[in-house]
Amino acid sequence: MSEVLLSARGLRVDYPGRAGGRVRALRDVDLDIAQGETLGLVGESGCGKSTLGRALLRVVEPSAGRIDFLGADLTRLRGRRLKRTRAELQMVFQDPFGSLNPRRKVAEIVAEPMLRARGASRAEAERAVAGLLDLVGLGAEAGGRKPHEFSGGQRQRIGIARALASSPRFVVADEAVSALDVSIQAQVLNLLSELVRDRGLTMLFISHDLGVVRHIADRVAVMYLGEIIEIASRDAFFTGPAHPYSGALLAGVPVLRPGPPRERQLLEGELPDPANPPAGCLFRTRCPFATDICGTRHPELREIAPGRSVRCHLPLDTASEDPH
Amino acid sequence: MTAPEAVLEVRGLRVQFDVPAGRLPAVDGVDLTLRKGEILALVGESGSGKSALSMSLVGLNRGPHTHISGSVSFRGRELVGASERALRQVRGKDVAVVFQDALAALNPLHRAGAQVAETIRAHADVPRATAASRAVELLGEVGIAGPARAARAFPHQLSGGMRQRVMIAMGLANDPAVLIADEPTTALDVTIQAQVLTLLKRVQREHGTSVLLITHDLGVVAEVADRVAVMYAGRIVEQGTRDEVLFDPQHPYTMGLLGSVPPLDGPVPERLPAIPGSPPSGVERPSGCGFQPRCAFAHDGCGERPALRRRYGGTAHLDACVLPEQARVRARATGAAV
Repeated sequence: MSEVLLSARGLRVDYPGRAGGRVRALRDVDLDIAQGETLGLVGESGCGKSTLGRALLRVVEPSAGRIDFLGADLTRLRGRRLKRTRAELQMVFQDPFGSLNPRRKVAEIVAEPMLRARGASRAEAERAVAGLLDLVGLGAEAGGRKPHEFSGGQRQRIGIARALASSPRFVVADEAVSALDVSIQAQVLNLLSELVRDRGLTMLFISHDLGVVRHIADRVAVMYLGEIIEIASRDAFFTGPAHPYSGALLAGVPVLRPGPPRERQLLEGELPDPANPPAGCLFRTRCPFATDICGTRHPELREIAPGRSVRCHLPLDTASEDPH
Repeated sequence: MTAPEAVLEVRGLRVQFDVPAGRLPAVDGVDLTLRKGEILALVGESGSGKSALSMSLVGLNRGPHTHISGSVSFRGRELVGASERALRQVRGKDVAVVFQDALAALNPLHRAGAQVAETIRAHADVPRATAASRAVELLGEVGIAGPARAARAFPHQLSGGMRQRVMIAMGLANDPAVLIADEPTTALDVTIQAQVLTLLKRVQREHGTSVLLITHDLGVVAEVADRVAVMYAGRIVEQGTRDEVLFDPQHPYTMGLLGSVPPLDGPVPERLPAIPGSPPSGVERPSGCGFQPRCAFAHDGCGERPALRRRYGGTAHLDACVLPEQARVRARATGAAV
C-alpha cells in the first residue's frame, strides 16, 4: 500500500441505548486508508458504516480510539487546529434534498466551506465557486439559483461542489448516489471518479450497492454489527470473498444475467440486536458454516494474504469460491 | 402456444394531476395486459409514471385533482369510473396492493396480526377467532419465524423485512388473483430483499397469483420477472419477455438504462455509459417521442409520437421507437449512450 493518509486505531462509538444501556455502533475499528485510494465501505443498514464515516470526520465523537491524519490525532484536536484540519475532510451526503439549505443561493452554499474553513476572501470564493460549478457540470450560472430549482442529480452535483470547495484531501461519500435514478447515478459516478483521479483525492465511499462499489473502489471493506469483517482489493473481493457474510452479501445481489435465475443460498434470519450481540463471532447466528469455536472465541481481523484480512475462524476458500 | 388468459387489461389509460403549472400527464396513454400467473415487471425511473399507473388501476389515487381516463378491466369488470363501493369490493380481495413503505402503510396503533385479520374480515364473513388464527398462519406462510409472537407485535417492533412480510401477508389474506407490488424490496437490505423476492416467486407459483411488480431495479427484474414493460415519461416504450427486454433491448432508452447499471462481474469500464440529461418532470412534454431530447440517435422522424408496435413477426416484443433496424444494431454496439 502506498503512503497512508488516514489511519484509525481502536475506534469506538457508543450510542446511548434503552434503559441507560449503550449500543456499541463501532467496535474498535482499525483501518488504514492510503493516499489517493478510494476505499469502498459496504454492509447492511445498522452495520455501522455511516457511523464509521462520520467518526473519521469527527461529525460523530468517538468514545475511544485514535485517528491519525496529517501528523496529528484527530480525536484530540480542538479549536483552531481542528477547524484548519476539518478543511481537509469533507463529506458528500446521500440526500440531495435535505442536505442543502433551501434559502441560500447555490453560490453561497458552495462558497461557505471556503470562507469558513480556508478563510478565503469573498472575491476569491466567487471565482472559485464559478470554477467548481463548471467542474461538476452545472455551469457557473447555476450559482444564482436556489436548490429547489434543480433535479436530484443536479443537487448531488451541488453537494459535490460544496465538498470540494475547501480543497480537501479526504472525502467521505455516504450513499452519495443511492437516491438517484440509475441513468443519473451513472452520470454522478463518472463525475466522482474523474474528480478523484484528477485531484488526487482520497475517498471513503460508503454504499450498500455492491455494483456501484465495484465500479468506483480500489479496495473494499465489509462491516457487520460495528466491526470490519473483511478488507481486500476490489478484484480479490469480487472474485472470491473470504468471509461467509461477504459471500452472502454478494450472492444476495440480483444480477442481470440471461438464462434461468440462479438458485441462491439465502442468508437466514436478520441482524442481531446490536445492544445484545452474540458471544464469540458476531456473525455466527446467521452463518451456515459456524462450528463450536465460533461460539466461544471472537475472531481477530487477520491477514490471510497480502493486503487481504478477514475476521473469521474458517474463511472461505477464495481461490475456488465463486459467489454466483 | 396460446397466451394464458388476461386477468387485468389496461387500455388507453391516462392519469393527469392538477399542478400549479397546469396538468401533469403522469400516465399518457398506456396499454398493458397482465396474464394469469405471471410476474410482469413495470420498470421506470422516478417520474416515469409507474406508480401513478399502478395506483390508478384500483383507484387508489382518485381525488379532485386527479383525472383518470381510459379502461382498466379486471376479468371483464371495468374499474375506471366504477363506484368507490365497487372498487372496495375488488381491492384487497381480487386485487391487492403491497407498498414500498410498510411502516407508513401499516397502522401503528394496531398489532400486526389484527391488521391481517381485519383484511380477511373485510371480505369474508368469518368469526374473529378464525380470522385471527388464519392471520397467524399467513404470517408463518410468508416466512416469519415465530408468527404467533409477530402477530402480537406492533409495526414499530418489527424489522423492515418483517414489516414487508406482514404487508405481503395482508396482500395474500384473501388469495387475490392480482398482487400489485410497488417497489416491495427497495427499502430492504440485499440479504432480506433476496428473501422477499423468493417469497414473491413462491406465491406466484403456489397460488397462481398474477403479480405486477413495480420497480426501478433491473437486477430484481432479471431475478423474478416473466415479462417486462419499460416506462418513460408516462408511456410504455418497450415490452416483452424478460430475456427479450433485458438481453435484446430494442429501445435506446432501455439500452441506456441497462448500460447505466455497473456490472458485478466482467471488466470494470473506465466510464459508465450514462444517459445524458434528465427525464421530463414538468407539464411540458416533448411532442413526438418522449425520450427524443436525451436520445443519441434522435432524428427528424422522432417528432411524431411513435406507436408501441411489433418489430419482427411472431414475437410479442414491442417497442415505441422509429429507428430502423440498422441504427439499433449500431446503438446497441455503442451501449446506446455517450
